[in-house]
Amino acid sequence: MSPAAVPAAAAAGGNHVEVRGLHTVLGRKLIFDGVDLDMARGRITAVMGPSGTGKTTLMRHITGQLAPDAGDIFVDGENVPKLGRSALFALREKIGYLFQNSALLTDYSVFENVAFPLRQHLRLPEEILRNIVLMRLQAVGLRGAAGLMPAELSGGMVRRVALARAIVRDPRLVIYDEPFVGLDPIALNQVVKIIRTLNDSLGITSILVAHEFSAVRRIADHVYLIAGGKVVAEGHPEELATRDSPWTRQFFGGEADGPVPFEYPARDYALDLGFDGSKA
Amino acid sequence: MSAPGGRRSLVGNALAQVGAAGLFLFSILGAVPGSLRHFRETVRQVWFVGAMSLVIIMTCGLFVGMVLALQLYYTLSIFGGTAALGTVVALSLFRELGPVVTALLFAGRAGTSVTAEIGLMRATDQLSAMEMMAVDPLAYVIAPRFLAAVIAMPLLACVFNALGILGAHIVGVSWLGLDNGTFWGNMTSSVDVWTDVVNGVWKSAAFGAVIALIATFQGYTTPPTSEGVAHATTRTVVSSSIVVLALDFVMTAFLM
Repeated sequence: MSPAAVPAAAAAGGNHVEVRGLHTVLGRKLIFDGVDLDMARGRITAVMGPSGTGKTTLMRHITGQLAPDAGDIFVDGENVPKLGRSALFALREKIGYLFQNSALLTDYSVFENVAFPLRQHLRLPEEILRNIVLMRLQAVGLRGAAGLMPAELSGGMVRRVALARAIVRDPRLVIYDEPFVGLDPIALNQVVKIIRTLNDSLGITSILVAHEFSAVRRIADHVYLIAGGKVVAEGHPEELATRDSPWTRQFFGGEADGPVPFEYPARDYALDLGFDGSKA
Repeated sequence: MSAPGGRRSLVGNALAQVGAAGLFLFSILGAVPGSLRHFRETVRQVWFVGAMSLVIIMTCGLFVGMVLALQLYYTLSIFGGTAALGTVVALSLFRELGPVVTALLFAGRAGTSVTAEIGLMRATDQLSAMEMMAVDPLAYVIAPRFLAAVIAMPLLACVFNALGILGAHIVGVSWLGLDNGTFWGNMTSSVDVWTDVVNGVWKSAAFGAVIALIATFQGYTTPPTSEGVAHATTRTVVSSSIVVLALDFVMTAFLM
């Protein structure tokens, strides 16, 4: 597909997000080396891969927080790296983003954190705003914590508040960066249900960055496995789970040996410990 | 041979920082109209950097005035000119000591907290979160703090001056026995509102703008680490102090 043809295709309703020829170098490390991705509208797409492989960087590219060195990223038909600041902000109004570290505003209460996007962009009567915020907090099981400050919450509760804030404006695209980290099994189950329900009932497109394959296979429609700067496998999670590929076998089987090195490059272990033979 | 290269790089880095701070100032000024939408935040910041600094400003103002009166009384008494005590104290405070000492205290009290607050917001992705919610951090976080400093500094300097004169009155009149009428009479006849008081207010506003620029710039551009925030906070105090004193000389030369 030529880059010129992509916006029309994306706007037509097929794909909400399209990435073409993404190339990124951070410092001296090659993060993406010609990555192509399609994320279908109204579906849940999971992006998986070893730590440090660039999953969060990909999300930052998609939302315009970080410009790639080369390549096109189309969101709703708009080429994100080429957008000006005001156009980018207009696009972001349609995107909900759950940060990896939640990024709650620490000076604001739970209620005010969730209300923040509404107060900034909509002039709603206080009563309606209050009801919307409480409904979102109820959805993540934290209506009773509305008056607490972020410092008073556990790690799992913080993530659920951040989730409530990400979806409070009914965005068309929601990006969840590690939504299951720090959640107990009950909360994890609820978050999985919320993500699935939002997709089924409102037709929201979801992009999920996660390591928990058991949760991903319950809700994701499509999975991309990224490693070494490239997409090494993609497909439906059930199909990927049974695929006989060294990448999927190692990643989903949690094996140390395989194409993804577990150890960071280092000089010889024996030499590092001083057992180089010359001292013997 | 590395020293010249190192010096070049040091000077180059310093110039790059000045250039970046200049561009940042234009970004802040561009964000000021948008920040008026968040006027409550500006008012909150005036309270935070202004009202919350009152205790240190008032205490220091009182003691500076007392010390000034004590030193000047004994110096003036050599020439038989103790009657000019109120005039000299007031002119010293309005023209120089009030704006400069208030600015140095303001940089230590409010500038550091602004840098640390913004630096921590950067380190914990709160600024990125605002951008992702299509809220401009320059308009919501930076510009209100900048405006608050420009508004608060002249007010704090006026409070400092008032407490300084009160301190001088306590020492000169109540303790050392100078005539009350002489103290006030000579002061009011010698101090000009426009050339002395208003020029001091202008200076204070300029110092407030410079301190706010340095504090917000350091916080906004700090590396997102605890060490980065600590260094940024230190740089705010050091840079603000130097720039305030240098700017004081330049402004005094132009306003004399």
